[in-house]
Amino acid sequence: MIETRALTKTFGLQPVLRGVDLTIARGERVALMGPNGAGKTTLLRIIATLARASFGAVRVAGHSLPHEAEQVRRRLGVIAHHPLLYGDLTAEENLRFYARMYGLADDGAHLGRLLERVGLAARRRDLVRTFSRGMQQRLAIARGLLHSPDVLLLDEPYTGLDPAGAQLLDEVVRAATARGCTILMTTHDLEHGFALAQRAVILVRGKIVFSARADEMTPAEFARHYEQHTGARP
Amino acid sequence: MLQSDRALRTLNVVTGLLLLAATGMVFLYAPLERTMGAVQRVFYFHVAAAWVGLAAFLVTFVVGLLYLRTGNPRWDRIGHASVEIGLVYTVMGAASGSIWARPAWNTWWTWDPRLITYTVMALIYVAYLMLRQGLEDPNRRARFAAIYGIVGFISVPITFFSIRIWRTIHPVVVGGSGDAAQGSFAMTSPMLQTMLFSVVTFTVVYICLLANRVRLEELSERVEHLKARLLSA
Amino acid sequence: MNSTPAPDLSSPPEAAHAPEQPALAAAGPLASYWRSVLAILWKDLAAEFRSKELISAMLVFSLLVVLIFNFALQLDRVARENVAAGVLWVTAVFSGTLGLNRSLALEKDRGSLDGLLLTPVDRSALYFGKMLGNWFFMLIVQAIILPVFAVLYNLPMLTPLLLVFVVLGTLGYAGVGTLLASMAVHSRSRDVMLPILLLPVALPVLVAAVQGSGGVLEKRAWDEISLWFNVLAVYDVIFIAVAYMAFDYVVEE
Repeated sequence: MIETRALTKTFGLQPVLRGVDLTIARGERVALMGPNGAGKTTLLRIIATLARASFGAVRVAGHSLPHEAEQVRRRLGVIAHHPLLYGDLTAEENLRFYARMYGLADDGAHLGRLLERVGLAARRRDLVRTFSRGMQQRLAIARGLLHSPDVLLLDEPYTGLDPAGAQLLDEVVRAATARGCTILMTTHDLEHGFALAQRAVILVRGKIVFSARADEMTPAEFARHYEQHTGARP
Repeated sequence: MLQSDRALRTLNVVTGLLLLAATGMVFLYAPLERTMGAVQRVFYFHVAAAWVGLAAFLVTFVVGLLYLRTGNPRWDRIGHASVEIGLVYTVMGAASGSIWARPAWNTWWTWDPRLITYTVMALIYVAYLMLRQGLEDPNRRARFAAIYGIVGFISVPITFFSIRIWRTIHPVVVGGSGDAAQGSFAMTSPMLQTMLFSVVTFTVVYICLLANRVRLEELSERVEHLKARLLSA
Repeated sequence: MNSTPAPDLSSPPEAAHAPEQPALAAAGPLASYWRSVLAILWKDLAAEFRSKELISAMLVFSLLVVLIFNFALQLDRVARENVAAGVLWVTAVFSGTLGLNRSLALEKDRGSLDGLLLTPVDRSALYFGKMLGNWFFMLIVQAIILPVFAVLYNLPMLTPLLLVFVVLGTLGYAGVGTLLASMAVHSRSRDVMLPILLLPVALPVLVAAVQGSGGVLEKRAWDEISLWFNVLAVYDVIFIAVAYMAFDYVVEE
């Protein structure tokens, strides 16, 4: 579902990604971890069609980037630590706007179900500006799921979420993979990320240095590996 | 590398000789103009600087298109260098024009379409350099600079024609002059030869400066690259 | 940009699947293009009519400029009539810059620009959506300023021909301004960057609009002002076409 080969990205002369080979099968949940500046966000942005690779090949949902970006965007959802919402629109208006941008039919019931799902049905007509950080993040989850994407990218999605919101996101992530959605997420929370994902990958200075399946080792063992590769306590 | 070094050195020498020859032609070969006298001699370098300045911005326009098409950073370096040199030529053109205009029009500056257009054009390329300076990401800087170089150059003729509708007093030297033009003069053939030679010389000077500037930029990027390699090793 | 797709990863596109796939709007490619343009326009208008941040700032600024010109140029009645068109357009251009800056900065600061770029919409549709919004805001400000201007300067400002110049002039300004503002928001000193980038490029709009509207106010014959109409029309067509083609390169990374 997601495949990168020899993926390289440089900002000027500064290499950020240095030959990343990553293959994620359909319906797999993968956590991408690493210290700050390892290139996690850059990798996600390239897969999300927001940035272009300097060299290498990227395929998402069977389409190669950057040439088939529009087909990829149709099947891709992103939940980031920026909510990507408009403060001066209501929750419902935000979703309706994005629904139109994704070419979905105006379907109030669909939006209603989504708002219900993230627990914002009661505040559907309130301006997003008045929402707390956690509520905005919940709405961002609804925005990411709006078009039932086949690939879901999560960039530090737990930032700003309250415990109930974090639990909701866990459920959403599990339900999504249950219906065949592929998930790639970055997180700082080693333990949580390892528990939620089926596979964890460690990126250090633009290279994948370690990869382990969740059923292969205990979280404590994984933390030891992480420390070994990054030289830092998680 | 060595080959191109030798070519560049040859170009530098040729440029220097041409510049000497052109100066000699202006002062020794071209005849004294009857009404304006010696100050008219500034005209040869004025026309050359003005034309080559415009050509430099045309180069930026063309390499901007090439950069957007290919993404090759070399086009960006050429575009950037061409703007810097073009601005120097523009200032030279304006200064020499002023020196000529003082006796001819009895003023250093006049609100003539060509002068306004030239000034606005210079401001566009000053803005181009400021835009570059304000952008951190080198890829984005190159892209935005290419776009602005294209948009800016397209606006120049429209600016010219929209201002031209106010009457011009700038003499049209090539291709006859309008009634309103003041200070125009008939060119004898030594004058024309001197002018053409100056234009050719200034073009070669431009190419020489451009080649040196691009090479300097490439070398400094190589240094940065080596430094980065050394630090990451 | 420099992507050279190295090894080919040929695998057939996986089929779409989902128990609860939301219905797609039945529309042809052109209809769905304009649907996204209108969605962006609607989004900007809805947000603006709620906060009124942008238009109120543009309006207050415009009124201040009109007043300051009156004092700065020590306008008596005759002088006012002579410079009316100039003051009107300087007002429009400055307040327009304010609006353009804000409209694009809003997208960038809240990160919602990424949200727009993630949608499967042609990049030029994003440009047209934002451009139409910016144009519309400039027109609204003009719609309020013109009557005020007519009263303060005692001039007939609401003639159809003058409105034609207002519509064409603001269109050209918003057209090239939206492109340049979307670049300026990425620069370090973006608030001062936009006027520096935009004003020299948009000078023909200012010249033609001032001359054209001045001609209308002085009740000149159409023959004399049609030239300015043509300049504006040509400028609008050329620069909107250039912006349409260049916008892709502004937003791609």
